[in-house]
Amino acid sequence: MSLVHLTINGENKSVEVPPMKRLLDVLREDLHLTGTKEGCGEGECGACAVLLNGELVNSCLIPALQANGTSLCTIEGVSTEGHLHPIQQCFLEKGGAQCGICTPGMILATQHLLNKYPNPTMEQIQEGLAGNLCRCTGYMRIFESVQEAAKLQNAGAGA
Amino acid sequence: MMQAAEKAPKPVKQLDHRYEGISKVTGKIKYAGEFSEPFAKSDLLYAYLVQSTIPSGDIVSIDRAAADNSAGVVTILTPFNAPKLSQAPPQPPARRNLSLLQDTSVSYNGQPIAVVVARSLDEAKSAAALLKVKYAPKPAKIGLKNRLAEARWPKDPGKEPAGNHRGDAQAGFSKATVIIENTYITPIQHHNPMEPHGTIAWWDGPKLNVYDSTQYITGVRQSLAKTLNIPVDFVHVVDPVVGGGFGSKGSMWSHVPLCAMAARITGKPVKLILEREQMFGPVGGRPSTVNKIKLGASADGKLLAMQQDVVMNASVMEDFVEHAEGPTKNLYMSSANSVSAKIVEANLGVSTFMRAPGEAPGTAVLEIAMDELAEKLNMDPVQLRLVNYAETDPSHDRPWTSKNLKDCYQQAADRFGWSKRNATPRSMSDGNAWIGYGMATATYPANRSAAMAIVRLLPGGRMFVGSGTQDLGTGTYTIMAQQAAAGLGIDPTLVEVKLGDSTLPKAPVSGGSQSSASVLPAIQDATSQLKLKLADLAIADAASPLHGLKTLDIDAKDGKLFNRNNPTQSDTLTDLIARNGNKPVEATGSAEPAESKDAMSSQSWGAVFAEVAVDKDTHMVKVRRIVATYDIGTLLNQKTGHNQLMGGIVWGISFALHEEAHIDSVYGRVVNESLAEYHVPVNADIGTIDVSTLNIPDLKFNPIGSRGIGEIGITGTAAAVANAIYNATGKRIREYPITPDKIMLA
Ligand code: FES
Ligand code: FES
Repeated sequence: MSLVHLTINGENKSVEVPPMKRLLDVLREDLHLTGTKEGCGEGECGACAVLLNGELVNSCLIPALQANGTSLCTIEGVSTEGHLHPIQQCFLEKGGAQCGICTPGMILATQHLLNKYPNPTMEQIQEGLAGNLCRCTGYMRIFESVQEAAKLQNAGAGA
Repeated sequence: MMQAAEKAPKPVKQLDHRYEGISKVTGKIKYAGEFSEPFAKSDLLYAYLVQSTIPSGDIVSIDRAAADNSAGVVTILTPFNAPKLSQAPPQPPARRNLSLLQDTSVSYNGQPIAVVVARSLDEAKSAAALLKVKYAPKPAKIGLKNRLAEARWPKDPGKEPAGNHRGDAQAGFSKATVIIENTYITPIQHHNPMEPHGTIAWWDGPKLNVYDSTQYITGVRQSLAKTLNIPVDFVHVVDPVVGGGFGSKGSMWSHVPLCAMAARITGKPVKLILEREQMFGPVGGRPSTVNKIKLGASADGKLLAMQQDVVMNASVMEDFVEHAEGPTKNLYMSSANSVSAKIVEANLGVSTFMRAPGEAPGTAVLEIAMDELAEKLNMDPVQLRLVNYAETDPSHDRPWTSKNLKDCYQQAADRFGWSKRNATPRSMSDGNAWIGYGMATATYPANRSAAMAIVRLLPGGRMFVGSGTQDLGTGTYTIMAQQAAAGLGIDPTLVEVKLGDSTLPKAPVSGGSQSSASVLPAIQDATSQLKLKLADLAIADAASPLHGLKTLDIDAKDGKLFNRNNPTQSDTLTDLIARNGNKPVEATGSAEPAESKDAMSSQSWGAVFAEVAVDKDTHMVKVRRIVATYDIGTLLNQKTGHNQLMGGIVWGISFALHEEAHIDSVYGRVVNESLAEYHVPVNADIGTIDVSTLNIPDLKFNPIGSRGIGEIGITGTAAAVANAIYNATGKRIREYPITPDKIMLA
């Protein structure tokens, strides 16, 4: 067992877990943060994506000990004080979420993408979300959600 | 109270966005495997499914000593110690032939053969690796294409007969000027919803509770009761939201009762979630089909005879028929049809319903043959379909409840720019790619079953609606809210919806695109009853402005009951319920297909057009554009409806280019049992998709005029892509998926 310290969505947490336990399971089982999903457990689908020190990672591939001392953002930390984040708002309005399993990972991947490219081209959107599988939506609505979110964020930044 | 079928319903006010949308974009909504109540979370045990590693034979022994001593292990279930059950014969869709550790036989590679239960998933998994299983292997039946001679008629073909003739096909072929005769193949596919199957089970004395990821809570409830030999009333199934199903969660598979058995033995709540690789066998898949198709037409394109003989793989455990021959029976008006569907047994998991069972592979193969026929006739492919347009249902010789497919061809062709197509292959290119256009017809039967619903008027003029149906991401919550609101004329945002709980009134399996077509009429009935009750309440209430009126004079709109003869005389629902001591008023409703349903056929339609670019060197195919127009009756919600159709189209593209389970020819295991190896499209694979619907209500089908939309998107799309690839390259690939190597070698 190892004691692992994490800053999750701004809060300090310590958990005592086997060092090789997947970060995904630490989040879902130990910390009850079930918004992070498991689609494959092998780094192929992006359902488990979180931001680790600002970088987009698949939490199913990260041993708990490796995450020690890092700062994490999960889907539960994306909205603030009960307000939807513009990205969430756009996924809602544009129909970017259907069954919803891929949605948390998609939203975090979008956040990461828009941090990098505030005005992403279609290619950049497709590239940026290429690690996230969706079996339901047909992707069109997801692209529209991302484009709309970029617009909204830029308008907000300019104001 | 049913309205006359022909009277057009008032348009239903749509919700702006998905009912449960906020809880999805914030990650708050809980899926079946995520609950940690009402049991004590610290009691929860984790189960791991152990699978066979041979395709056929017997388990001689399982050496479990090391596993038993492994840290955290609570119990291990094997065929040698599992409690004996009285297994009932399969009854699809709910109950299938399962592997519940009742004997030592192995019927496929990957079959569940043990369950390890431990305090944590890691501990269960590492103990499972310590089990030493000794087998006595038997020769296995593997493969389909090399074993066609073994084909036999299915024991139980399901709803449709396995063989069917109409008219004299041989006579038709002998008169034909043009004949197309080829073999077309579709592969084994697996559903792969993004949420893996999973169950949490716990017992409350003799009573069993489960959270289960399912498309059919009523089916799971009944199947669990039957399998474990307990009264149905003792089983409670909950699943508020499903992370996709596509047919794989329409049946109860082995892991569900195994989880319940583990919970009974340990006396603790047990969670069993399948790993992705465990979803290639134990929870079904679409069988591979080999289709011999023959079409005969006169010089003007009239079909004189159509023949399709299908051979598919089926598990040695259970016959399941993928009716790929369906479209050959009813898609076009031919003078004669002859079809058959036979199976070849294999040591594989049980095959099952997968998005648009029958019509997905059926249109994928028939619509290539039609393209070939058009080419041979030197006729435009759309024109060929119009020449053979079926104004009535040829398979049952009866009218359609509604069919506007001609408008679909027209509208989609215009939007696509089909008139610019050059029929000669390799006549269009862009940079280093050949460009091709192709089209195909989409179709799927409209289904409907009996369903029940409950509604309540709540304090503050709010409403509750409940039904024991499911939401697979399809938008059931949303359209239930809309339908309930429309019944009382209130805003749909004022409606609270509950589904996915077996204590609610019963509804059918969410499969075959029938949920909305079944559940909404039940809600409509329930709200009619509720309106009558509320009217009576107002009439009897001396304080109501409507006091003393007649029930039939009262209607509801904008949150009020009002006098039809004097609309300004009204009572708000809020006031009415407040004077009732804020006691909710409740009504139930039900609906089932009319007795006259066998007098007509109901089917959805569509036209799909595709543009592809095929790289001249790598032969990689990019689907640049899909344009599709559908005739699906009333579109209930623009956002969720278009989403479903587009999702189906992406499945069609995936069918055309990517999906295939490869079976090891010696070990019989799916070789590519992961999302890295079993290819489904990622977003970068998709160009633009333009979907439109005619939105013409089909009121002869049901009182809301809406046929289902979950399946039709996948139909037709695969062939439209295949035909576009031919137009681009001049290479006719008749075996899906159409991968670059096949194009290169053709
Ligand atoms: S669960 Fe981590 S990438 Fe799929
Ligand atoms: S919404 Fe279901 S997987 Fe994307």
